Amino acid sequence: MMQLVLAVTAVVLSLAAAGAIIRIARGPSLLDRVLAADVLLAILGAALCIDMAVNRHLNNLMLLVAVSIIGFIGSVTVARFVADRREHSRES
Amino acid sequence: MNPETFSGDAVIDAVSAVFMVVGALMSLGAAIGLLRFPDLMSRMHAATKPQVLGLFLLLCAVGLQLRTWWVWPVLIVAWIFQLLTVPVSAHMVGRAGYRTKHLHRELLSADELEAVVQQAAGTSGFSDDSDDEALRRR
Repeated sequence: MMQLVLAVTAVVLSLAAAGAIIRIARGPSLLDRVLAADVLLAILGAALCIDMAVNRHLNNLMLLVAVSIIGFIGSVTVARFVADRREHSRES
Repeated sequence: MNPETFSGDAVIDAVSAVFMVVGALMSLGAAIGLLRFPDLMSRMHAATKPQVLGLFLLLCAVGLQLRTWWVWPVLIVAWIFQLLTVPVSAHMVGRAGYRTKHLHRELLSADELEAVVQQAAGTSGFSDDSDDEALRRR
């Protein structure tokens, strides 16, 4: 049964990652791309969780926390950067 | 919860399998929402599904599969960490999207930031950054 679950979730997560990558490539603005990259990181975390659950180990747990830290720092940094850049282009 | 009558292993396996499939479907829902929704705000609504509920379901599946009690505090800490960081980054992205006008105004049902921006613009002259200051003054 676990092999069936693994196959189903692999297909579903691959489709989800493809959708997020399409949005990264097509996204009209920078913030759409940031959001899609965040979703792609969440999908990666989901894949790590499923690997842990199916193979019954905890090796990926620190990697999961690190991935969420990276997503947080990346989103906040890019959001501040967008706001600041808009401000400067208005002033000049 | 009663291994003699229910054959607990099979029940736990089935529950964790359902959690894994539903958690993966959350990611697929987020991707479909990213592709089909019209503007940044509604896409942000779709993007939170795998970050909170999907991660919760998958961490529950991990805890159920390992069948020990000591992993649950670790998994709860990982989930609470995600729960603390996701609203902050969503707040920053949403405010940057508001200020750079990446939204369809006709799709909004309520715009609570508009009144604050207008009030700050009335009191402090023309300032493009006024929503920031008004929020800080509150």
